[in-house]
Amino acid sequence: MTRPTRLSPGALSSALRGGTGTVAVLLTLIFLVIAVQNPSFFEGPPLMAFAKKAAPLVVLALGQYLVIVSGEFDLSVGSLVGAQVVIAARLIDGDEASTLPVIGLMLLFGLVVGLVNGLITTVLRVPSIITTLGTMLILFGAVRYWTGGAPTGALSEGFRVFGRHGLDGVPVIGQLPWALVIAAVLTVGAVLLMRSPYGRSLMATGDNDTAAAFSGVRVRRVRTLAFVGSSLAATVAAILIGGFAGVTAQVGQGLEFTAITAVVLGGVVLGGGRGSVIAAVLGALTVEALFTLFNQLYLPSTIQPAAQGLIIIAAVAYASRRGDRRPPRHARRRPVHPNDRPLDPSRR
Amino acid sequence: MNAAPLLRMTGIDKSFLGVRVLHGVDLELRSGELHALVGENGAGKSTLMKVLAGVHRPDGGRIEIDGAEVSFDHPSRARRAGVSTVFQEFNLLPERTVAQNVFLGREILSRGLVDDRAMERTTAELLDDLGLEGISPRARVRHLSVAEQQVVEIVKALSHDARVISMDEPTAALADHEVEVLYRIIARLRERGVGVLYVSHRLKEIFDLADTITVLKDGHRVDTVPADDIAPADLVRRMVGRPVSSVFPERLEPHGEHVGRVRLAVSGGGNTRLDGIDLEVRGGEIVGLAGLQGSGRTEIAHALFGVDRFTRGEVHVDGRRVDPRSPRRAIRAGLALVTEDRKARGLALEQSVTANARLVLDAVNPFGSARRAARVPGLLSSLELVARGGPRQEVRYLSGGNQQKVVLAKWLVTDPGVMVLDEPTRGIDVGAKQAVYTLMRELAAAGVAVLLISSELPELIGMSDRLVVLDDGRVAGELPGGSDEETVMALATGATREAVS
Amino acid sequence: MTPSPSPLRDLLDRAGTTGAVYAALAGVLVIGSLFVAFQGSHLFTAANTVDLFTRGSLLGFLAIGQTLVILCRSLDLSVGYVAALSTMVSAIVMAGDPSRIVLGIGATLGLAALIGLVNGLVVTRLRVNPFITTLGTGLLIKGYLDTRFQGPAGSIPAEFQTFGLSRIGVLPVSTLVMLALAVLAILFLRRTRMGFHMYAVGGDSEVARLSGIRPEIPVITAHVLCSMTAGIAGLLLASRFGTGNTLVYNNGYELEAIAAVVLGGTYLLGGRGGVAGTMAGVFILATLDTVFNTLSVDPFVKDVLRGAIVIAAVAVYARGRHGRTSVRPRFTSGGAPPAPPPPPPPTATPSARGGDR
Repeated sequence: MTRPTRLSPGALSSALRGGTGTVAVLLTLIFLVIAVQNPSFFEGPPLMAFAKKAAPLVVLALGQYLVIVSGEFDLSVGSLVGAQVVIAARLIDGDEASTLPVIGLMLLFGLVVGLVNGLITTVLRVPSIITTLGTMLILFGAVRYWTGGAPTGALSEGFRVFGRHGLDGVPVIGQLPWALVIAAVLTVGAVLLMRSPYGRSLMATGDNDTAAAFSGVRVRRVRTLAFVGSSLAATVAAILIGGFAGVTAQVGQGLEFTAITAVVLGGVVLGGGRGSVIAAVLGALTVEALFTLFNQLYLPSTIQPAAQGLIIIAAVAYASRRGDRRPPRHARRRPVHPNDRPLDPSRR
Repeated sequence: MNAAPLLRMTGIDKSFLGVRVLHGVDLELRSGELHALVGENGAGKSTLMKVLAGVHRPDGGRIEIDGAEVSFDHPSRARRAGVSTVFQEFNLLPERTVAQNVFLGREILSRGLVDDRAMERTTAELLDDLGLEGISPRARVRHLSVAEQQVVEIVKALSHDARVISMDEPTAALADHEVEVLYRIIARLRERGVGVLYVSHRLKEIFDLADTITVLKDGHRVDTVPADDIAPADLVRRMVGRPVSSVFPERLEPHGEHVGRVRLAVSGGGNTRLDGIDLEVRGGEIVGLAGLQGSGRTEIAHALFGVDRFTRGEVHVDGRRVDPRSPRRAIRAGLALVTEDRKARGLALEQSVTANARLVLDAVNPFGSARRAARVPGLLSSLELVARGGPRQEVRYLSGGNQQKVVLAKWLVTDPGVMVLDEPTRGIDVGAKQAVYTLMRELAAAGVAVLLISSELPELIGMSDRLVVLDDGRVAGELPGGSDEETVMALATGATREAVS
Repeated sequence: MTPSPSPLRDLLDRAGTTGAVYAALAGVLVIGSLFVAFQGSHLFTAANTVDLFTRGSLLGFLAIGQTLVILCRSLDLSVGYVAALSTMVSAIVMAGDPSRIVLGIGATLGLAALIGLVNGLVVTRLRVNPFITTLGTGLLIKGYLDTRFQGPAGSIPAEFQTFGLSRIGVLPVSTLVMLALAVLAILFLRRTRMGFHMYAVGGDSEVARLSGIRPEIPVITAHVLCSMTAGIAGLLLASRFGTGNTLVYNNGYELEAIAAVVLGGTYLLGGRGGVAGTMAGVFILATLDTVFNTLSVDPFVKDVLRGAIVIAAVAVYARGRHGRTSVRPRFTSGGAPPAPPPPPPPTATPSARGGDR
């Protein structure tokens, strides 16, 4: 009668339901097409180059995953990446010695932005779309105002190591990019985080914040920390992108949407409470692989947004068809009974 | 009175997920008549009303209006046929005006445009007809009191030329003077020949208003009698006395240091919905909170748990004064609350069994959680949880009973000193009920103070060592365990109060 | 009418939000002109007034449509891209030929309506979050524009350029058209069933459904109308530039439109607000822009302020909304516990006492 420890079928099916399976299949397919087009792609160095290029998006997707899983959005990450790169260039200004202090400062700045996003969303009950759209505009304007429109200064070599270089002399692959190491470490960290008490509280909050609050979860704090995580991830991504691509006025533009596309493609349902870290990472890799494929097919890079647009709609439509019985997010606003005051410690 | 009744329902059957909740219920309503529908919770009153309103489709039976058969597959169809229902939950748009709400979906047009004036005029006339001039048709609904909103619902019903109006517990949220207004409205409706179907738990209202009373029990119609021919005590007797469907487990020999000590004490507790609550629960004791819907049972649980705080009075847990300002603090003080609404407040439905069972530990005691969570599998299997997918199965795929076991495990693993259970057996199967009862006995025996809230009187009486009866946010009295249902009902419905005054 | 507080309360309430927004507009104008005066110049010069109205007209078109969508509890982030696409379509179809003006307008608005229809259908039928839907269609359009066009294209005949460039006194024609459209939209919302149903669906789609309204219809209609106003905005831009220009989408119009709507007192979650308030929101933003221009404030500071204003406005409205709950207190809260014989629920609610005999 009792089968409390039969494990396998549930685990497998829940992994598939989480979207990990679907996105893994998709990624494999794209890789196959790439391999057919360009057999040398998997020969080590080209693969590592791909990894180097994909690493920032993976990191961003990890941060966005935290926020989306808690039931919110973070649209400020693109602007934040741009702002951080510009800040780094201006403050470092080619001076090797100030590399580490400036990186510290950037992390601090990321922390503050995350706190502001989180607190405005949870305490002032501003929908996170608006909050982060607002901070996106503010960061965009403030940084350009500060630099007088165009980015000034220069990054140091020490700063660019993370995005550009790696551990040389590794057999087979030649060079192990630091970016890949950082993305892998953060991925493992995120997996562990989601298995920690905090991660489980975050997941429960995204699923049902009332039930979470009744279970003693500090919903506001948990959500705010997710925003902080996202902003810190954006900071790390900024370090990688700055190193990889250098400083331009356009750095970071549209990255928030690419990150959301990646996470959504990984099957992490908008509205929170579902999806795995691995799925989000696979989603990021898939988006990046798709862009690589476009390049190989000599498609203009301008088609990327169109592909992104299609993917994001299709992925969400697919998720909402896939037996997701949850009513639309804002189905009913009022409590069921006049006597019922739902314990809703956050916004809405 | 004409020969064919205004409304005739015959042999109405309805099942949900294989559970039959209405067994061939018959009901007749005449023009100008007020027909009261009474019965315990779960007797099928609400389901019958929803069938009439077009919310549920009956599995069998006939509904006739003026002798002609009708069938409603959508509430708007029912309304068009002249049957309107005023549910407990209001279907109004708070940001729109009274007139706009009354005419929602069939706004009055003149020359192709909506004629607000005409709608306001008609609404004002309807309000005047009911003798209510205090509500402006142009007021936004959100500015209205609950009673006024109810009036708007009734006016909305009337604007459809309703000939049958059914009301589900219309006084549940009303103060006494507001009830007076409702009485007057009902009198006007009857003068106009409207038939009123009225569900209420309050015996006083039923005897004040009803011409005819139909008693439902377990989905069967027990009796239909003229109100003048039956005494309150007699009515209560027909409502209750259900054959005991489950046998309650025997009390166990208590052990442990906490047995007999006062573990939870509330003195003079009050907030906007409660007043003067005095309550003591000792270790090893199961205390039942009895009362009608809205009498303050759940409100006490929420106040103890820091959801809607007590703004007056004191709470002591194990002799220490505590001020539960949030669930988190309450949990730290040693409280646990199995909430009434399992899906909305108890579980994160898309998370696994394990994740749910660990949630309180994770949230409140993250550093020790791994060690204490090691007990979760054992607890779950001792509760005989059946999850086909194992502990990683999402709880939304579990049956109600198994979901409830997950909720129980979530709290048991925190070793609470005081366990509050709000409707712990609602919507779960017999086997799971037995498991919950056994667990409560074991908890009590281990020295936990158990506070049980339930609308199922047999359960409350069978399980509790003492009963605290609530009425309208106050303690109406205390009864020993094993009191008969009539005594409890009399105290809770205010029948005793009536007799005294 | 019986002497009851209801009508008064109602009047205040009606005047409330919109009145406050117009008061804010007046305040912005006064403070702005004071600031400008301190700099030794004058805010209400003819040039400045024209500038203010010109800015207002473009934003106004976008914000009118956005108001409808937001009232239905949806959102449209694609309007900037639709406007950019519309400049191209109109300029290419008109191709400098005055006889093709009507055709150009028709093609532009028709295509815009089609995009709106797609948005609406995806939101209602495929149940995709409107934010994601319109972001997706926006990105699709962007991809198409960037791939297909490298720079400005097409040509607007001089006759149609009058729409963007000519004016009567200090009032640009485009502003007059925009205001006329605003009046139409107000009438639409206040006097048509569809308008009423938009409020109903935005307020509570379940209540709307139970009242026999099909909730998809108003949402789809709102999306179509919103895209069409974006199309008009595109026509206006094209007539000002004289050609089609893809880079229009870089101007962040969608955010500015949402900002105007939210500033105007329309709830982001739908069901309450209107175009009258939005107009005030539009002119607040336009005034700020003009003032900044006159004071030669760095354009990037405007972005910062815009972001801060939107967050602040939503936060203020969120506070107001949260203050009211439908829970009727049974006992007065706080203070000393009442004596055992409790005070009967006092006369606090003059409410349903109606017909006081």
